[in-house]
Amino acid sequence: MNNRDTLIWLNSIQGVTVKVIEKLENYYGNLENIWLGSNNDMNKIKSISEKTRLEIISKKDKTYFDNMIENIKKNDVKVLTIMDEEFPEKLKYIYNSPKVLYVKGDMLKRQERLIGIVGARKATAYGKHITNKLTNELLDLGINPVSGMAKGVDTEVHLASIKKNQRNIAVLGCGVDVVYPKSNKYIYEKIIENGSVISEFSLGTQPLKYNFPQRNRIISGLSSGVLVIEAGERSGSLITAHHAAEQGKEVFAVPGNINSIYSRGTNLLIKDGAKIVLGVEDIIEEIREFKDIKINKQKRQVDYSKLSEDEVKIISFIEEEPIHTDLICLKTNMSISNVNSILTILEMKGIVRKLPNQLFTIV
Amino acid sequence: MLSKVKTCVLQGLEGHIIDVEVDISNGLPQLSIVGLADMSIKESKERVRSAIKNSGFKFPLSRITINLAPANLKKEGSQIDLAIAIGILKATEVIENSDTDDTCFIGELSLDGRVNKINGALPIIISLRELGVRRVVIPSSNKEECSALEGIDIIPVDTLTQAVTYLNDQTKIEPYKTDITKIFDQEEDFSERFEDIKGQEGAKRAMEIAAAGGHNIIFIGPPGSGKTMIAKRITSILPKLTFEESLEITKIYSISGLLEDNKLIKKRPFRSPHHTITPVALVGGGRNPKPGEVSLSHYGVLFLDEFPEFNKSAIEILRQPMEDGIVTVSRVSSTFTFPSQFVLVGTMNPCPCGFFGDPLKECTCSQRSIDNYLSKISSPILDRIDLHIEVKPVKYSDLEKDNKDVETSKDIRGRVNRARNIQIKRYRGKNIFSNSELGVRDIEMYCKLDKSSSNLLELAFDNLGLSARAYNKILKVSRTIADLDLSENIKDIHIAEAIQYRSLDRKYW
Repeated sequence: MNNRDTLIWLNSIQGVTVKVIEKLENYYGNLENIWLGSNNDMNKIKSISEKTRLEIISKKDKTYFDNMIENIKKNDVKVLTIMDEEFPEKLKYIYNSPKVLYVKGDMLKRQERLIGIVGARKATAYGKHITNKLTNELLDLGINPVSGMAKGVDTEVHLASIKKNQRNIAVLGCGVDVVYPKSNKYIYEKIIENGSVISEFSLGTQPLKYNFPQRNRIISGLSSGVLVIEAGERSGSLITAHHAAEQGKEVFAVPGNINSIYSRGTNLLIKDGAKIVLGVEDIIEEIREFKDIKINKQKRQVDYSKLSEDEVKIISFIEEEPIHTDLICLKTNMSISNVNSILTILEMKGIVRKLPNQLFTIV
Repeated sequence: MLSKVKTCVLQGLEGHIIDVEVDISNGLPQLSIVGLADMSIKESKERVRSAIKNSGFKFPLSRITINLAPANLKKEGSQIDLAIAIGILKATEVIENSDTDDTCFIGELSLDGRVNKINGALPIIISLRELGVRRVVIPSSNKEECSALEGIDIIPVDTLTQAVTYLNDQTKIEPYKTDITKIFDQEEDFSERFEDIKGQEGAKRAMEIAAAGGHNIIFIGPPGSGKTMIAKRITSILPKLTFEESLEITKIYSISGLLEDNKLIKKRPFRSPHHTITPVALVGGGRNPKPGEVSLSHYGVLFLDEFPEFNKSAIEILRQPMEDGIVTVSRVSSTFTFPSQFVLVGTMNPCPCGFFGDPLKECTCSQRSIDNYLSKISSPILDRIDLHIEVKPVKYSDLEKDNKDVETSKDIRGRVNRARNIQIKRYRGKNIFSNSELGVRDIEMYCKLDKSSSNLLELAFDNLGLSARAYNKILKVSRTIADLDLSENIKDIHIAEAIQYRSLDRKYW
């Protein structure tokens, strides 16, 4: 049992946090000694709770350790400790930095441009639309997203990357062998194919409530900045933003309607000094590492020349604001059957997009 | 003395001829009924005795044995009273004419000798006609529902005395007949019409398609968006009822005792059970199975307001009737099959509180409760619903500008009838009457796409995130849209329109 093995062993024990490991290291001077030391010694460390001490003592067993390593191999999971060279540089220097990371899928790269994109689980159509758009644009610029594989905005981030077949990273609040939420099984499998699923929690850890705020610091730690798309007033995404600010990372927020409860969190972030994001260029120009990226500032204009007269007529109303199909009928004086079929064709041409409640918006 | 007269009992919708054999012999005065009769028949001896006495005839003071043949068939219903009374009067030779072999007697007796209305008269008469009976004596309050049938004489009677004098040729009763063409040529009158609704063009158009092709439809929208209002108006645009359809519907209502003023049903039924309904009440059942709501909405509309609020098992039990158009109810006593070809019209909110996606009103549901709510409608059920329409109210101020003439139900019904006639013609001899009934193989045959429309459909699947099960639904719906357009082939505009009616496939939530 060398230092590294001891660290992996300690990390797998319930109740042993980064803090506990640091305390133990201070006491013993060396991680190896923890394994070698007697139980009596262990019980003298009063700053660690008795429950945790007993847990450590009970797990001090070579078979337990061997089984754990076996399980890691069987699940095709790679383990990174803070002593390893591949351990991401950025994570080493954050407050309360994780000592051990479990990685499923591709290994983390030393040099890669990452940005955290987070938001509410209960995202609105607006939030999902913006997430999709910004993720796509960032990917086109060679910046890969890091998110949390939760429902809502997170799901949209991963889905957009998967659709483009691009690398993306999910940081979980449970073991990397646990799929949570279950409905994201498809996403989980796809990320393993082309991306990384990482977690600081040992295999088999269940998605407990208090794990999630903790993992948020890894999302922000890995990234050069954090983009919050939609967040309620007490959303977990705000914790990620808070971590990012603490770690000296740039925080970005997408503004929303000031009446909307789903955007209250992001609007508050902007009020408190987060950078407002109206387009992908707002992100690029703020982050030093991305300075070399050039954006084509050409604004995408709808090419009217290729469209029929009726199509242009309909688009002209949708361009003003998201509009209900009934109102399109009313304003254009066209029959509903006509309007519906033209809208489908415009949707397929990628010019308009359907939102809930029969609303249509320009892409 | 022995006599024999015919009557009829129902099993489900099927009638069976029963021979009522009456034997009067010497012995202690007593009346016994044998032949698996249930309570309502056992009790009939008291009614028969009083009715005979109060009609001025003499009730024999002898030993009377009544056998209901075939003796192995369970019998129920009070309509046997009349036959028993006639049998007794025949055995005592009050009725001299013995030529009643081709005549059936149905009717319930009252103590004063009047003949009362019965349930299920129409299915009885239809079965009797098929079984070769030429003349039926029925209570005159049932005459309207039965009078439209050809090939069988309907003799309405009010009292037992009237029946006796008729059989003795002392009075003459003409067979009752009504002119069906007169009934069905009348323009139907609906109190709730589409001209009451301003705006909501999308939802109205979807209703038109649903009515034309017999497609099941579900409306999704926040509270107060007018889902229920639109749904209730579907009856005013449904295709015209044919005589055969009317007979089938009347049969079901007749055995359920739901026939208003005992006339043939002229409007397609619209049933809207409350969401607390039990599965049994929905599909039918009971110890002696009776038709449920799905059968009562046969050839009409089953309207399920707040669809996900229904009991999960009640929703799931709809699968067979929706698929097969019939429902089979099995009980210990027997197995019955009732028809259940209906158009399902459902409404639901996007989430339990109803405001999900609303930009201004706060939705208070958690993601989990929304997921639970939506999962109440399982995919097998969703598979059977062709049209999913989102309804959102348009602001009043926007409507004010609208000076367009609102289409009337009559206009829409005209188009629906035309489209339905095209369908009936196309599927003649295939036992298919509307596009919604097309099976997988029929779709291949009748919903052929040209190159450009099949390209369009393929593109739609790639770009719009439609799920695979939408494919056949879109084809069926576009077939109906083409029929409404009087177009023989499905064109790409029809496909494009049909794609707009698949909201639930597009995963907004």
